[in-house]
Amino acid sequence: MAVLPERQMGARTGFQPEGRLAQFWKRVKQNKVSYLFVAPYGLLFFLFTVLPVGVAVVLSFTDYNMLQPPQWVGWKNYLRLFLADDVFLIAVKNTFVFAVITGPVSYLASFVFAWLINDLRPKIRAVLTLLLYAPSIAGSLYLIWTIIFSGDAYGLINSRLLYLGIIKDPIQFLTDPKWMMGVVIIVVLWMSLGTSFLAFIAGLQGIDSSLYEAAAVDGIRNRWQELFFITLPQMRGYLMFGAIMAITNSFAAAEQIIPLVGFPSTDYAGHTIVAHLVDYGSVRFEMGMASSIAVILFFAMVTVQRVVQRLLNMIGT
Amino acid sequence: MIGRIRQKIWMTKPTRSVGGDLLVLLLIGAAAAYSALPLVYSISNAFKPPNELFLWPPQFFVRNPTLANFYDLLVLMSSSWIPFSRYLVNTLVITLGGTAGHVIIASLAAYALAKHDFPGSKFMFSLVVLSLMFAKQVTAIPKYLITSVLGLVDTHWAIILPAWCMSLGLFLMKQFIEAMIHDALLESARIEGASEWTIFWRIVMPNVRPGWLTLIILSFQALWGETGGQFIYSEQLKTLPNALSQIVSAGIARAGVAAAVGVITMILPITVFVINQSKVIDTMGASGIK
Repeated sequence: MAVLPERQMGARTGFQPEGRLAQFWKRVKQNKVSYLFVAPYGLLFFLFTVLPVGVAVVLSFTDYNMLQPPQWVGWKNYLRLFLADDVFLIAVKNTFVFAVITGPVSYLASFVFAWLINDLRPKIRAVLTLLLYAPSIAGSLYLIWTIIFSGDAYGLINSRLLYLGIIKDPIQFLTDPKWMMGVVIIVVLWMSLGTSFLAFIAGLQGIDSSLYEAAAVDGIRNRWQELFFITLPQMRGYLMFGAIMAITNSFAAAEQIIPLVGFPSTDYAGHTIVAHLVDYGSVRFEMGMASSIAVILFFAMVTVQRVVQRLLNMIGT
Repeated sequence: MIGRIRQKIWMTKPTRSVGGDLLVLLLIGAAAAYSALPLVYSISNAFKPPNELFLWPPQFFVRNPTLANFYDLLVLMSSSWIPFSRYLVNTLVITLGGTAGHVIIASLAAYALAKHDFPGSKFMFSLVVLSLMFAKQVTAIPKYLITSVLGLVDTHWAIILPAWCMSLGLFLMKQFIEAMIHDALLESARIEGASEWTIFWRIVMPNVRPGWLTLIILSFQALWGETGGQFIYSEQLKTLPNALSQIVSAGIARAGVAAAVGVITMILPITVFVINQSKVIDTMGASGIK
């Protein structure tokens, strides 16, 4: 608001009647209204998110079995994960493979389909949006995939293959380590046109159409130029949002994977970092270990997000 | 002829070759089939009589559709010792209360973070974004403790209040407000003496309609599926997904009922989605006039 010029004026004349703290306080008071706007959200967010995350970070340096009070152990949990826990390293590898495929594919698909159907006539677009987004609304209906890929002769795919004589024994799609990750990726990608897809659709519709008209006058010739010089730069905020959604969904995946491949999965072939975290937290009651996994995962995601942000900042420059 | 068909499909004048157009439509069609077929299969299963459910080889489409599964579900629901409508009301209270509060509270904060520059605004926003990357499974226990200290355990507030401050809504609304509201519009309103409160309700919210309509869909869906199992113990306060999962958990004998449950729970979220999406598209027409 109109705060900055005033402060610059003071700096220019070298006139500083107050200390830094007092100046800061003055700025805070000038922005009283802004604080009132963020207060309800901020208060609840602090209580239900910041505080629990803070507690979890502290717990990651302790031994805590949820019955006895936590015991401070320093970096022990972290060292144990990397040096003495083979399954954790398998989980890291699986998560990495899973995230490298589902993250970019779901992100690109969300944008490409939102962009393509944006040019369609409203009625056709509405029907297609519903069809493409439906798997995300369907909730627990994704469990239909366990029937489709079921490992017995009644599985939809197995029954067809057996019926046609292509295979003699049903394929254990959900328990054979060879197939597991592939099947999981197919199911997760099925649900991938979700939050970001909707945000992109709404974002694309919010772009001022006069921008395109002006661009046509300025000599933008084809759809690709339009995409790179107008659409993508206009969508930058949404693209950042979608990227973070893609990162969190692909790195923190477990919720849909566990019901598909079981827990623990055969040879840990479908074991992800969050599945490992759930193992420590809800099966072994080692909350300290579970928390340290969450902290490691957090830093991994933040690193990836920084890189993606760099890439996105290059758009349109 | 082809030109006329293309005109009926696309809003904009085609700048692609006919082949390119076909390729694009083929791609969209393939994606739509991938999305829809498993859903069609589960809907078809919901209408299958038991002998078709366990037929070999299993058929994709139902041959003799029956409402038996839905009828069984109805019988099971009416035999529960709490009237089933109670579970539905509980879930509606949580879903509507949570969504309304979330949209308003998150938009208020998002407006200030997007358009006001005040000490701590950047810090607060990065906290919100970073919080998305912290696995929620580990924060469940501290969150439970806080809920119990506040005396909210075994009340609907235990689900509604955290829903109000989900990170998603603030993040999404901030991006929408930044992209859709021009500073010049706000400045001119301020010069005319409008208070920030008035500006928020009269200028910001009407202009980011596609934003909050989208947020309503997302929030509605998340809360509609909320079981609330860890916070709510009293039977008369339990949610619909919780009650339905008890019915379904009886195993293979309830395979048909489970399919019916899946279909029934989808109806309301899809209705909300369809209504909201049609309004998002309406807005586009309206913003052209402005």
